[in-house]
Amino acid sequence: MDLFEYQGKQFFASFDIPVSKGEAVTTVEDAVAAAGRIGEYPVVIKAQVQVGGRGKAGGIKLANTAEEVREYASNILGMDIKGHTVNVVWIEVASDIAEEYYASFTLDRSAKKHLGMLSAEGGVEIEAVAEENPDAIAKIWIDPVDGLDEPTARAWVKAANLNPAAEDGAVDILLKLYRAYTEGDADLAEINPLILKPTGEVHALDAKVTLDDNAMYRHEWAEYEATQERDSREQAAHEKGLQYVGLDGSVGIIANGAGLAMSTLDVVNQAGGKPANFLDIGGGANADVMAGALEVINNDPAVKAIFINIFGGITRGEEVANGIIEALGRVTIESPIVIRLDGTNAEEGRAILAPHLSDQLQMQPTMLEAASKAVELAASR
Amino acid sequence: MSIFVDENTKVLYQGLTGSQGRYYGLLNREYGTQVVAGTNPKKAGENVDGIPIFASVADAVAETGATASCIFIPAAGVRAAIMEAAEGGIEFIVCITEGVPAQDEAWFFNKIKRDFPGVQLLGPNCPGIISPGKCNIGITAGHIAKNPEPGAKNVGIVSRSGTLTYQALYELQSQNIGVTTCVGIGGDPVPGTSFIDCLERFQADDETTAVMMIGEIGGSAEEEAAEFISSNMTKPVVGYIAGQTAPPGKKMGHAGAIVSGGKGTAAAKMDAMKAAGVSVGANPTEAGLLMVDVVKGL
Repeated sequence: MDLFEYQGKQFFASFDIPVSKGEAVTTVEDAVAAAGRIGEYPVVIKAQVQVGGRGKAGGIKLANTAEEVREYASNILGMDIKGHTVNVVWIEVASDIAEEYYASFTLDRSAKKHLGMLSAEGGVEIEAVAEENPDAIAKIWIDPVDGLDEPTARAWVKAANLNPAAEDGAVDILLKLYRAYTEGDADLAEINPLILKPTGEVHALDAKVTLDDNAMYRHEWAEYEATQERDSREQAAHEKGLQYVGLDGSVGIIANGAGLAMSTLDVVNQAGGKPANFLDIGGGANADVMAGALEVINNDPAVKAIFINIFGGITRGEEVANGIIEALGRVTIESPIVIRLDGTNAEEGRAILAPHLSDQLQMQPTMLEAASKAVELAASR
Repeated sequence: MSIFVDENTKVLYQGLTGSQGRYYGLLNREYGTQVVAGTNPKKAGENVDGIPIFASVADAVAETGATASCIFIPAAGVRAAIMEAAEGGIEFIVCITEGVPAQDEAWFFNKIKRDFPGVQLLGPNCPGIISPGKCNIGITAGHIAKNPEPGAKNVGIVSRSGTLTYQALYELQSQNIGVTTCVGIGGDPVPGTSFIDCLERFQADDETTAVMMIGEIGGSAEEEAAEFISSNMTKPVVGYIAGQTAPPGKKMGHAGAIVSGGKGTAAAKMDAMKAAGVSVGANPTEAGLLMVDVVKGL
């Protein structure tokens, strides 16, 4: 789950990481009022979208007066930035910046250790720094069992060649950021830029945080959850507890198992079609889950044909077939459906489906043939 | 031979008294697995269809000589369950549970490696392991796996995906190809057992003549496996990578299946595998057919 900047700053603040005083607002009037409460100008007005390049798009402005707050907030709220509509702006007191750094923690899947990255070249995309000047990034690998201690953090800050004036402040923030990353169950905790003020304080000017969905059970993340950017299809699927990713093609996909669902997208593409979605209904394939999946796909106007790809393991073919028939009885489906049913007791399952077959409900013996048929049907409608 | 588990492996189930644990534990026993115990601190002394329940893994090991454990504990309890198994003397821990936080996985992976170097963890978020005809631990349907035959061209399977693993077993069965061991390493970011752990053992196993390797997008485990294959393996490997058309930045069902920052794409993995001499299929069916060719040519 990706957080908006203002949520990331709230998340950081809960781990005592210094961030600028500010407020998140959704209307121009609230923006003006928030600036008044902050009590000092200039303030920065920042569009809250989960996409890079906000500044270039005009989504970040410095306001010196209440009138300017009104003007900029009304420009930015509702603005479209790379397909993302700005519904929230964050207003914070503007910071004097002496130097800009970069700091982050993430998991290095290959090393199976936490990776900390620190650079004296902040405020720009870290990927660009990695490409052009990789030596400017000081990396450390942290064993999760040991964690990060103060001497290690200090040596790391020295290795990154930060201004000595920033050393104590940076060490303090890095230790807190590591805590936020581990105890806060983040997949990524990034500060870019981490700034040194002329007064010598070190401070997080931005916040990029991705939380681990699997850890939701042990945190109070309902507020973050509620603001997730999902299209209407993804929202509907999410409410039904389905593993769904919206895509832009015309063949609706239902498969059991994440690997098989990915594989189904692949074969639809190989057959010359475009999948409308990724949808994994999990190991079983009971009528409730199947009906929910069919509803979500049926409500997608782009879908012209549906491909149900089920491989029975423990779940037997008869159960799968009965689940499909029952689900079809509950949902009126507009697009033709192609089913591929294989695996345990596939023969028995196919026999159950046989009397129900029609132009609207077709069956194909293999995954590749079923994909071709679904693509053909989608193209013909 | 098989790898990791065989007919002598004695398995205990952490979570045998739960609905999932009971269902799969009994299915595994029916398959022929030596299911010797279950654990539940509140139900010590009871039994599940004749399988004795002990208060702790240590007690169960002391009484039954179990060397493997299968975990069907909800995600919140997995970290403690895995450590209990390692501390209790289990050598091979299979964790079926999905939804385990990545911070926990990173922690117990390193903890086990450091303090229990003799312990092998498989999973979390995996279907388990089956050595057909000998031992089935987890949720794989045993009857879709063909037993290996002495002297025949038997194959080993290692996979990140559950259903694609079943698909591979099924296709090999329909081609009359036996399987020595099929290992589902799972789709999480920090799997306890890697492709390389399995490839290394398949290479050393006399009965295994070729290996089927099924990967997916995300991370670099397939690239690392390819490097291992090119420098350490003489047995042929057939591969498939799921998610060739997955959009970047989206998690495709599995916590570890995500293309981020241009890294972890299927194309890069397929290229690395091809460069290492692996026969790579465009889809699972093609990979199955490639394996038939490989086996015929041996």
